[in-house]
Amino acid sequence: MCFDCVRWEQDEKWFGSLKQNLSLVVYNQFCKEVIARFKYRGDYQLSYPLAEMLREKLDRLNYDFLVPIPLSPERKYERGFNQSEALINALGRQPLSILTRIHSEKQSKKSRNERISLPQVFQLTDSAAIQDKCLVIIDDIYTTGSTLRHAAKLLKESGAKEVTSLTIARG
Amino acid sequence: MRFIIKNSHLHPVFEKIQHSLPVTQIDSIPQPSPNPNFSFNEQLQQLLTGKQLLHDDLEHSIEEIHSHYENGYIQYRKPISYQNNKPFCVRCGNNQFFAHFPCSRCHEEDCAYCRHCIMMGRVSACTPLLTWSGPEFPLFKARNALKWEGQLSKGQEAASNAVKLTIIEQKELLVWAVCGAGKTEVLFNGINEALLFGQRVCIATPRTDVVLELAPRLKKVFPDTTVAALYGGSEDRHRPAQLIIATTHQLFRFYQAFDTLVVDEVDAFPYSKDETLQYAVQQARKSPSSMIYLTATPNKKWQAQCRSGKRNYMTIPARFHRFSLPVPEFTWCGNWEKLVEKQRLPNIVTRWLKERIDAGRQALLFLPKIAKMEKVLPIVQRLHTNIQAVHAEDPDRKEKVQNMREKKTLVLLTTTILERGVTFPNIDVAVLGAEDRIFTESALVQIAGRVGRSADAPTGNITFFHYGKTKAMVRAKKQIMNMNAEARKKGLIND
Repeated sequence: MCFDCVRWEQDEKWFGSLKQNLSLVVYNQFCKEVIARFKYRGDYQLSYPLAEMLREKLDRLNYDFLVPIPLSPERKYERGFNQSEALINALGRQPLSILTRIHSEKQSKKSRNERISLPQVFQLTDSAAIQDKCLVIIDDIYTTGSTLRHAAKLLKESGAKEVTSLTIARG
Repeated sequence: MRFIIKNSHLHPVFEKIQHSLPVTQIDSIPQPSPNPNFSFNEQLQQLLTGKQLLHDDLEHSIEEIHSHYENGYIQYRKPISYQNNKPFCVRCGNNQFFAHFPCSRCHEEDCAYCRHCIMMGRVSACTPLLTWSGPEFPLFKARNALKWEGQLSKGQEAASNAVKLTIIEQKELLVWAVCGAGKTEVLFNGINEALLFGQRVCIATPRTDVVLELAPRLKKVFPDTTVAALYGGSEDRHRPAQLIIATTHQLFRFYQAFDTLVVDEVDAFPYSKDETLQYAVQQARKSPSSMIYLTATPNKKWQAQCRSGKRNYMTIPARFHRFSLPVPEFTWCGNWEKLVEKQRLPNIVTRWLKERIDAGRQALLFLPKIAKMEKVLPIVQRLHTNIQAVHAEDPDRKEKVQNMREKKTLVLLTTTILERGVTFPNIDVAVLGAEDRIFTESALVQIAGRVGRSADAPTGNITFFHYGKTKAMVRAKKQIMNMNAEARKKGLIND
């Protein structure tokens, strides 16, 4: 277990919400440029090679559904697509889009402490679909882990059996 | 965003409702005529005059922008056009690199977008290009633009007159000026003329370092004119200016903007290889407008056009200091790559370097590849400790070039990045492996042009060490000798 997970797991509020996070690559300069081009410049085509990177790891996981991290409607309009959904689509799977965002401020502008102390940022639109299911959350980057853990905690508390996360990069 | 046509105007809608279409699919976009009673936003006028921007480039709301369209002050243009069912990006001219995606703006499953210019913001089938169609943003017109005390050489003066005439007659001209001719000064009188007419003028160049070098010079000689320098990451991006110095990449954001457009170093990478940059230059011109191309080394096609009279051109065959161009010496050095593998250099190359080092004379040694240069560096460093190597990706590039300028470095090994734009006052230059394909005719002419640039040290040695002469080498030498002969005939050189 890495230091970051130890920190999270020591906090009883977060204990056990996320089974594990898997990231494929370190968030280095090259990776940063690729992800920026994909997500901020909106080069959707990059979802295909990025998804291929995810596929290999994903094939070794046991899961029922892939869950994307949602964007606020304003941000989704601005970018033209949700990068997390795009990755799932590029894998040829149907995203289980059951999370929506309550707050819409930008995560990347906040510190770790600010992020983890936030009240729940997501809400669930349909809890029936996830009862006793194994879920994998797909996203582009794991930075502090706060987004993923917020989502995992909500999914777990709403009845999911197990929640894992898989990201392209680890910040 | 999608549009429906109502009362022969476009109306934006944000759902996929009946009869609504993404802008690209609308047959012909109705353009309302300007409403004289509309009080338009001057900031939008300033930002959009002569430009083609996306909503994402502006902080103004979709509604505000649309009200300017409805009143005839903004034009919506299709961002992508189709020619024989093949997409074409109207902003950058790309017709090869497209992809599509399920778009949450227009709700189409396969909204096409251009991958070529995506780093400037995504041009997709549902994002109209915005252009100002109301009265142009008025520019402050200087009464007496040019403040320059310098003297033009005879060669410069002839070219300067030709530039001025071209600008007045709104024609095209190529100024073929040897390295060190002083081509920037040749523009001053013509640009002055344009500025006094109230024209919008742009000097575009493929290279950011040239923008950084030119902008302060022009600001100095046109002190009463608004001058903006545009390059990736520059702060002048939204500054209205009568005289713009920009990288050719920045022209993608301009549309029918300039009465006079100068393209410096037309033969330089990436402009010479990238058709979209050439498209950008054409898009940025007004019609009619004048066009001046500057180069020391036109490509073969342009040279042929000059010779056959198909291209209007003017040469400046001599340097401003009236000394002839140093002519390259060809020296066969055998299979130097094999020797380098054994940590050795051809004797003749070592001798050339040692002569400079012993005399304390600075030198540049060009090599065809980074990998080769890294092998040669330790061998050369055995001769003297004060020797460095530089290439395009080198994080210390600026510092190393600066050290050479300040004479802290005795010999600098380099790839073709230093082939143009740099001036070290008193150096000798050699090319090791001049037979390599990377050393084209124009690269070699440019490299030879690094020698003898200053009036204080107008001569020097240029040697091409090779393992077999190439056509490019022969042509380069011939081009230099032809220019010297022409200069001598016209009485432009003394030696």
